[in-house]
Amino acid sequence: MPTVAIPSLLRNLTSGEESITVPGTTIREVIDNLEDRYPGLKARLCEGDRIKPGIAIYVNGLLTRGSILERVDAEAEIHFLPAIGGGRSAPR
Amino acid sequence: MLENKDYKVIGTRPIRHDGVDKVTGRALYGADFHAAGLLHGRVLRSPHAHAKIIAIDTSRAEALPGVKAVVTAKDLPDAGDKVADLGEGAVNLKHLCDNILASDKVLYKGHAVAAVAATNPHVAEEACTLIDVEYEVLPPVLEVRQAMEPDAPLLHEHLRTTSLGETAAEPSNVASHIQHKLGDPEKGFAAADIIIEREFVTGTVHQGYIEPHNATAHYNADGQLTIWCSTQGAFTVREQVAEILQYPVSKIKVVPMEIGGGFGGKISVYIKPVAAMLAKKTGKPVKVLMNRAGVFEGTGPTPASFIRVKMGATKEGQLTAAQGYLAFEAGAYPGSPVGPGAMCIFAPYSIENVIIDGYDVVVNKPKTAPYRAPGAPNVAFGSETVLDEIAEKLGIDPLEIRLLNGAKAGDRRADGPVHPRIGFIETVEAAKAHPHYTAPNGKKHHGRGVASGYWFNIGLESSVTINVNSDGTINLIEGSTDIGGTRASIAMQAAEVLGIPAESVNPSVVDTNSVGYTAVTGGSRTTYATGYAAYEAAQDVKQQMIARAAKLWEVDEANVQFADGEFSSINGKEEQISFRDLCARLGETGGPVVGSGTVNPGGAGGAYATHVVDVAVDEETGKVDILRYTAVQDAGRAIHPSYVEGQIQGGAVQGIGWALNEEYIYNAEGEMTNASFLDYRMPTCLDLPMIDAVIVEVPNPGHPYGVRGVGEVPIVPPMAAIANAIYDAIGVRMRELPMSPDRVLKALGKI
Amino acid sequence: MARKSHVQTTINGETVEFLCEPRQSLLEVLRDELHLTGAKEGCNNGNCGACSVILDGRLVNSCLVLGVETEGKSVETIEGLAAPDKLHPIQDAFLENAALQCGICTPGFIMSAKALLDQNPNPTEHEVRYWLAGNLCRCTGYDKIVRAVLDAAAAD
Ligand code: FES
Ligand code: FES
Repeated sequence: MPTVAIPSLLRNLTSGEESITVPGTTIREVIDNLEDRYPGLKARLCEGDRIKPGIAIYVNGLLTRGSILERVDAEAEIHFLPAIGGGRSAPR
Repeated sequence: MLENKDYKVIGTRPIRHDGVDKVTGRALYGADFHAAGLLHGRVLRSPHAHAKIIAIDTSRAEALPGVKAVVTAKDLPDAGDKVADLGEGAVNLKHLCDNILASDKVLYKGHAVAAVAATNPHVAEEACTLIDVEYEVLPPVLEVRQAMEPDAPLLHEHLRTTSLGETAAEPSNVASHIQHKLGDPEKGFAAADIIIEREFVTGTVHQGYIEPHNATAHYNADGQLTIWCSTQGAFTVREQVAEILQYPVSKIKVVPMEIGGGFGGKISVYIKPVAAMLAKKTGKPVKVLMNRAGVFEGTGPTPASFIRVKMGATKEGQLTAAQGYLAFEAGAYPGSPVGPGAMCIFAPYSIENVIIDGYDVVVNKPKTAPYRAPGAPNVAFGSETVLDEIAEKLGIDPLEIRLLNGAKAGDRRADGPVHPRIGFIETVEAAKAHPHYTAPNGKKHHGRGVASGYWFNIGLESSVTINVNSDGTINLIEGSTDIGGTRASIAMQAAEVLGIPAESVNPSVVDTNSVGYTAVTGGSRTTYATGYAAYEAAQDVKQQMIARAAKLWEVDEANVQFADGEFSSINGKEEQISFRDLCARLGETGGPVVGSGTVNPGGAGGAYATHVVDVAVDEETGKVDILRYTAVQDAGRAIHPSYVEGQIQGGAVQGIGWALNEEYIYNAEGEMTNASFLDYRMPTCLDLPMIDAVIVEVPNPGHPYGVRGVGEVPIVPPMAAIANAIYDAIGVRMRELPMSPDRVLKALGKI
Repeated sequence: MARKSHVQTTINGETVEFLCEPRQSLLEVLRDELHLTGAKEGCNNGNCGACSVILDGRLVNSCLVLGVETEGKSVETIEGLAAPDKLHPIQDAFLENAALQCGICTPGFIMSAKALLDQNPNPTEHEVRYWLAGNLCRCTGYDKIVRAVLDAAAAD
């Protein structure tokens, strides 16, 4: 199962848990499963069915396209980090 | 995926393709554009740092002969409260529009309030002085710690602090708070034998590109808008203008002219929408040029910051914990690079217990824009100085302490992700072995300092098309504006795939109607990502050419191989044809060959640098001279080593300027008092020695040739390296930038 | 608007006539009236050297010279440096040394370097740095520019 690193500012929602293993084959499924266990998490990360602008997703240390459709494998380690500048400008 | 073999083109130093145009004055930059019937636009800027706009009366300006149009914020479509994701991440559209032309409030001296188009630039300037603006002046907030005080005047009534998706109840000048936490910092500090905690202040500095901003716009009768301009990214101009003017992207064509430097400062738009508004109102092409004062006061700068760094280590020099508090000035609207700063601050080291807090704070200064590794130089000034102090107190060589703690593949960064293969240790080892580091350094008031730096680099979208010519050359179409020789470094990657010389590639940077989406030239991404797209496009060409050879020889494609520029058939038939000869036979084998490649790669691969500097400090005047400078950097793979060296040298020198001279000087009213190249003093060649650039190559697994971006990280180490060298020379620790003569004298207790 | 004056001057060896307002600088005349856009505007107040041209054998910032002042004088600009089929040795040296990145400062540096080598064909590194201190380059850190000028001097 993928492992999600919980950002320190969201750990109040996970009773301090720093890292959580949840099922899911896409970022969307992972977030939905997280939400089942820790209600309120999804609202902090998503706006509707999209990742909030300003949040970047890293899978196994690599920056992804920031889409919840991104596929993740069972070994994946997922990070939600503040998005950083430099030209992120895909039409959304 | 890494191709590891001997290269024919990569690593050589061909003459850049756009070189002759640029040494003969023929290359056309944004301001060089001319069109029949051209009008000239100029912008009126606020004389106040913070004021309400009560009324704007443009009638006297409109009456001046030669004036064709005047625009203000009223001519912009209503932005509402929409959030747009443009250029540098998410931005509030109202903030974006207000920064183009202020609507209700001016938030910095130099804030644009109106613009004029006239038949002549002097008339447009004169008309600006005839626009009457009534202001209600408010007290300015000019410094980050002052802005964070609970009773500080508010810049934006509605701004509330967000912390990863959560919004505070009360309005504040603090736009956001970010935090990274790894391990147990308290426990880590408890395990330390030595703890050093220091505070640092850095000034506001400008990117300082020599070419001011420019834009020419024209609306056709059919509503087609064309903008000719200097920009780091034609597509991001298109998107920003489309959002600001609420106009479809399909009706906007952006033509990137040659660009005279950007360093991050030519991503945001300023006068491009204004030129479009004036063009619409007049029906004529309108060229808007900024003057140098406008560039200083209305664009760019990189934030001033307040930084507190605490680091703990064992007697042996092993780092046990680190803490960073970063407060960055965003300028008038949210969006400082505190995020990247927080990502970079301790990234050269493997530390188990880390906590980093970052704050993005609005103040009455121009909205900050990215500047070369945005955020990283500010934080490295703090962390690399504290590490130097720890090494000194423990009696450990400063490069040894870096080797002892240096991050390697598999180590975890403070913000979470694990490092892929990186070359930090290699840069430190190369610095240690360099004759500069082993040379004697003993003269009175001479000192040597070292520091390291990290920048994560980015990937993002790039598109390349290749058209094959009948004479064995290719035309390579790309969308990345070339600021420092990237036509060459991109062309060379395609040439390597096809086994042709770099000179057989004709690269062109084209407009937004003529190539696939390509993100900005920024984030050290161009040679990496657009080069990657060129590699993919060349692979596409290669596959198609293999099919042509197979057709020619009536064999199976699987029986054709390509090596060193020659196609040959394996299995049976002994056929051979060069790439060049096959190009002459495209007509008869199926028509033109066009290859394409698009990428959005995630594996940009971080870049590391370690710098060594010798200084001489004049104790009478406080002046610091750079005697010798060596900059070591991991380039992954240097495609065109001369331009890699150039990036390293240029970045190091910008850092030297930031360290020793450059800063915005404000008076109590919030007016910048040094908005010219005379008073904002950037380094000249007389201030400098040669800069010895040393390239280390630890190939990046995220690129077929191992490329890592090289443009940004060289600006990260200089400030701390110079501060450490000053300490070595005169025994005082400098913790405020710039380390100008007056500050040095103050530190020495002489004034 | 003041009346325009008629000016006759020599630019890159050719006689040129133009009309200009008294307030127009030589840089404006070159760029806006004559479309010789090789000289660049970086500051318009004499502090960057991007507008460098040679006026009667002297290096000047063309933003600080009035167009009307060039009556009867001779102006050399970057456009006049190369022969039709051959670059000037300084231009070659800039290309071979990769002495430009964005290139906006390059015409100014090349004109300054020419003025230096015209009067001092064998400058030391320090002399090159001293002479070029009026030209700003924000991209290169000057290392390769200084090498290019020294190379051009050696090649001559
Ligand atoms: S434009 Fe003339 S010196 Fe800068
Ligand atoms: S090459 Fe860009 S300013 Fe010199």
